Amino acid sequence: MKAPKFSYVRADSVEHALELLDKHGDDARILAGGQSLMPTLNMRLSQPEILIDINRLNELKGISLDGDTVVIGALTRHVEVLNSDIVSAHLPLVTEAMPYVAHVAIRNRGTIGGSIALSDPAAEMPACALALGATLVVQNSGGKREIPAEQFFHGLYETARAENELLVEIRFPSQKKDNVSVFMELSRRHGDYAIAGICAYGKVTGETIDDMRLVYFASEDRPVIGEHAIAALNGHAWSEETKDAVSAALENDLDPMANLNGSAAMKLHLQKVLTGRAMDTAVSRAGGTL
Amino acid sequence: MSEEMITVNMTVNGEAVSKTIPVRTHLVDFIRTELGFTGSHLGCEHGVCGACSVRVDGDVVRGCLLLAAQADGCEVLTIEGITDTGEISDLQEKFVERNALQCGYCTPGMLMTAAELLAQKTEMSRDDIREYMSGNYCRCTGYHAIVDAIESINNERLGG
Ligand SMILES: Cc1cc2nc3c(=O)[nH]c(=O)nc-3n(C[C@H](O)[C@H](O)[C@H](O)COP(=O)(O)OP(=O)(O)OC[C@H]3O[C@@H](n4cnc5c(N)ncnc54)[C@H](O)[C@@H]3O)c2cc1C
Ligand code: FES
Ligand code: FES
Repeated sequence: MKAPKFSYVRADSVEHALELLDKHGDDARILAGGQSLMPTLNMRLSQPEILIDINRLNELKGISLDGDTVVIGALTRHVEVLNSDIVSAHLPLVTEAMPYVAHVAIRNRGTIGGSIALSDPAAEMPACALALGATLVVQNSGGKREIPAEQFFHGLYETARAENELLVEIRFPSQKKDNVSVFMELSRRHGDYAIAGICAYGKVTGETIDDMRLVYFASEDRPVIGEHAIAALNGHAWSEETKDAVSAALENDLDPMANLNGSAAMKLHLQKVLTGRAMDTAVSRAGGTL
Repeated sequence: MSEEMITVNMTVNGEAVSKTIPVRTHLVDFIRTELGFTGSHLGCEHGVCGACSVRVDGDVVRGCLLLAAQADGCEVLTIEGITDTGEISDLQEKFVERNALQCGYCTPGMLMTAAELLAQKTEMSRDDIREYMSGNYCRCTGYHAIVDAIESINNERLGG
């Protein structure tokens, strides 16, 4: 289908974009990569009055290292994140996850900020941000504020970002060298949104899981930390017994949404399977035998 | 709401064009209806099928998900353009030889995506090719022949 009528403004500075957001509020949409917004317009699922195109705002693009923090501008395209040496050296979890984000042509346009601002429950980047403890920096005409990922994702397409705020950058703490990370997801076709997915990040000593964070996505309405599963995991050697305990605990963390991709029971099962595989991989990446 | 118009300037297949169009026109509608290049196809118009793949400033993108207004000042190449330059003539011949198309609806998009893959000039497995091409749907061939064609051209170009 074809998009409905709207006005189009190309922002020429961040201030200009923020001014327009203040003026138009919920009638405006930021146009970043357009890889999620344009489909909803073409299918007439949304009908904003005005699109604020931020694609020419070079100050929102780029990847840099600030001490122990990797700073990624919101308008940085998925392909640039995928190919970045800084990201592969300091955020291997993100580099591992990025090939699962859509397909080449979509990664050439889609942006990390768009992914996180949209917060699709099956999207990879919100889960990585939560797993690594990233900070989301948003800005309105009054100034900037920083929101920890733990407080950013509220629910289905809902975040802590206010209507008049622009997501300007994502600050990821560099992964610790003695930690391991694993990204895994299951989908029907490579590049499609996941049915179930996991990010694991933390420390394994020998075969003992010291301090591991598990984040689940796609099955829930937002990425969630598997608190009970983590409690059953940390401090234990990775064994069949631990695996069973973690699986049982996971039932207290997840409450999967049934949809066309599967029932709640199937998704819970898949998350358990992924947990087992991810920890097998984490132990072997940490140099343990298995 | 009245129809808002915008004047866009860009280079399409090597020629500078300037047109005034509704702001909501996406790039492939612009190229097909305003410029008459009908090689870029529209399958789904929501980013899933890849029939609309075109190259903008060197990168393959979904032409249905980019407003023509956003391509202002850009260099756009469609299947007609990369056919004229001969960049993929070997691949096009191989598509015919291997029966990598039946109805042909997906073919321009397949070729645009494959062109970007082949430009990497690296060794690749059939799985790598399938993964790279995963965003392009074909409802006829079953993909096997498409992978065959891309694989043999990559091997030929690498001198194998
Ligand atoms: C076929 C297909 C498959 C896909 N598969 C996946 C997948 O597997 N995993 C995945 O993660 N994504 C997938 N995507 C989506 C893709 O990754 C998008 O690029 C991404 O979700 C949105 O980024 P964008 O830059 O394109 O944002 P846009 O589409 O431009 O914007 C999305 C929303 O976020 C808002 N927004 C964007 N940037 C900002 C900002 N800086 N500040 C405030 N608000 C902002 C917009 O107003 C809009 O509401 C897929 C898309 C398609 C078409
Ligand atoms: S028409 Fe653009 S992806 Fe299907
Ligand atoms: S040849 Fe018919 S869709 Fe591919």
